[in-house]
Amino acid sequence: MHPGSLVGLAGLPAGAIERLLDRAEAWLAAWERGSLAPVLFGRSVALWFAEPSTRTRVSFEQAASLLGARAIVIGERGTSLEKGETLADTAATLQATGVDAVVVRHAASGVPEQLAHAVRIPVLNAGDGTHEHPTQGLLDALTVRCAFGRVAGLRVAIVGDVLHSRVARSTTWALAALGAHVVLCGPPTLVPAALAQALPAEVEQDLHRALQGADVVMALRLQKERMAAAYLPSEEEYRALWGITAERLQWARPHALFLHPGPSNRGVEVESDVHDGPRSLVRQQVRHGVAVRMAVLERALGEGAAAWPS
Amino acid sequence: MALLIRGGRLVDPATGRDGRFDVWVEDGRVAAVAPDLAARLPAEGGSVEVFEAAGCVVTPGLIDVHTHLRVPGQAHKETLATGTAAAAAGGFTQVVTFPNTRPVIDSPWLVEAVLARAREEARVRVHVAGALTRGQEGRELAPLAAMARAGAVAFTDDGRPVADAGVFRRALEYARAVGLPVLDHAEDPGLSGAGVVHEGPVALALGLPGIPALSEAAAVARDVALSALTGARLHVLHLSTAGAVEAVRRAKEAGAPVTAEVTPHHLAFTVAEVERLRYDASTKVNPPLRDEADRQALIEGLRSGVIDLIATDHAPHSPDEKSLPYVDAPFGISGLETAFPLAYAVLVQGGVLTLAELVRRFTVEPARALGLPGGRLAEGDPADIAIFDLDAEWVVDPSALRSKGKHTPAAGRRLRGRCAATFVGGRRVWGDRP
Repeated sequence: MHPGSLVGLAGLPAGAIERLLDRAEAWLAAWERGSLAPVLFGRSVALWFAEPSTRTRVSFEQAASLLGARAIVIGERGTSLEKGETLADTAATLQATGVDAVVVRHAASGVPEQLAHAVRIPVLNAGDGTHEHPTQGLLDALTVRCAFGRVAGLRVAIVGDVLHSRVARSTTWALAALGAHVVLCGPPTLVPAALAQALPAEVEQDLHRALQGADVVMALRLQKERMAAAYLPSEEEYRALWGITAERLQWARPHALFLHPGPSNRGVEVESDVHDGPRSLVRQQVRHGVAVRMAVLERALGEGAAAWPS
Repeated sequence: MALLIRGGRLVDPATGRDGRFDVWVEDGRVAAVAPDLAARLPAEGGSVEVFEAAGCVVTPGLIDVHTHLRVPGQAHKETLATGTAAAAAGGFTQVVTFPNTRPVIDSPWLVEAVLARAREEARVRVHVAGALTRGQEGRELAPLAAMARAGAVAFTDDGRPVADAGVFRRALEYARAVGLPVLDHAEDPGLSGAGVVHEGPVALALGLPGIPALSEAAAVARDVALSALTGARLHVLHLSTAGAVEAVRRAKEAGAPVTAEVTPHHLAFTVAEVERLRYDASTKVNPPLRDEADRQALIEGLRSGVIDLIATDHAPHSPDEKSLPYVDAPFGISGLETAFPLAYAVLVQGGVLTLAELVRRFTVEPARALGLPGGRLAEGDPADIAIFDLDAEWVVDPSALRSKGKHTPAAGRRLRGRCAATFVGGRRVWGDRP
């Protein structure tokens, strides 16, 4: 695997995560000053989105373009890289086009990792199945760090469908590595107790107890398919038991802040007054997403750490 | 031409022989077994083939009651030629090929066709298990009596377990009348859902849907109860969990006509291999590799006799299929060529079974469970013989397997014990040693 690849945050040391956040913060500052340098000029990045995604794809495209790299979107519909082709063929095709890196989004867990083993260029995971979404984990960590000045010692409650959430996994790995205490909360069908052995987190089914003392509350998107598959009875019932309302946010610490990876189901996992309220960091998350992806692309395509502008 | 297998340690549980014996073969049958048969050799040369088995263990040919030769219709996964070459290389002289093929073997004509092709292409003796229900769809009974007359030795919907208990009950009642056993892939499809690996922390961390242990134990409990109710012989395939072993133990204690098997991969590996190999589908098998506590229960079940026998569930797939994303890749491990050494490592080197007891679980017990001939080397028996060099160390190299299926979690493992030669009806089908 190319050392610039990023297929997951599990097992990544705190130092590596902090360095990426530092770089993201530096790019964010430069972006806001209007002094971005096109350090990746002339490089090209393939964005292979085998599963549709608007926000992540646009965020990667924007990050690449801000650094002067060319992003080529492939996949989705009307391309030759379609379901049925073997990963080996996909890998060979991508490499043969001469792109410098591949960003991959796939519905099947593990595909970015398998791809990274099959090509010589860096592979960046933009979300694979129910496994990981490392740039989302990094942007959540960056958002928390910017808001509190630190991550260590904070209590973070992640509420929702953790079982099917690659975001919850990556965010937990990132925050826990940086010293946060992560509490996973939601219906027992979607937050199985065994998660406590799989991730560096505590599992707490009761929302009140999960939110008590929390510095950060993050709600996950509830997919409609979960009702059809008998994970829970209805959106209404989910909202009644695990929805984040302004009143319930009071159970957390007075300064507690709210995160959501988007896209949000307003009125289900979160009420609009929380989502758009003064405690919400949802917009910062999106901006931080671009900064984090700049850092990740720079790490993948830059001429080694020494060449990173300070 | 006569054959003398000379100087080996004969381990033949059926006759109780375990020691230095020569085996003399004539006209495809065992003609004599005695400590020293050199005197029978003609004075000059003559037309006697002599196999020098000194330092080796000579056993009845192994019998695998659970093999997927993928015939008919899936030649990209395996053929009679490649599958039985793999069997011969593993010391097996008889295999039972399973009916989850394209088309499904659910008619007497298909049973006859597979047997006819096997007579031409197979290196070892091939038996056929017919489907239990038409198309393995779990709704209508397949023509069991007609398939039995055509030569089927058992019936199974392996891979697509019969979800409807009423259908399964009637299938058992009918199979009982036909006089053949039902081979049971015990799995509750609702509990398994879209699962691909053992449910638990490893599955959760990798983001792969889990198959709970109870999916097997619950189905075994149902099926052994139906066996007791109907009096039909039920052979439970590939036990993988402590709960399933316990369900079989209770059924046997209550007198149900139940037998059970375990695979070498479930004896040797756990979900820790999934953690190690991550998204490499070499570990993807159904039932999945389980926890260490389950593995220990399987070993103990085999030791105590709750589990009667070892079978491979050799389930080859093409490399392209196994290279798909983990959730999309098919279930199945290539097992024939590593079965005996893997089981030897866990059970004999592990101090669980004697060598003779291990051989019994690969010969006498499979023959008994399915009512097959063989598994014994007494005077007059067919000369189906395997010879193992138990001192030979080798590293499992998937590309060197004879099977078209190259995927096994045993890849790269150093194993002790290798099949040096295999004879079917006195004819050598494997091994080039003099």
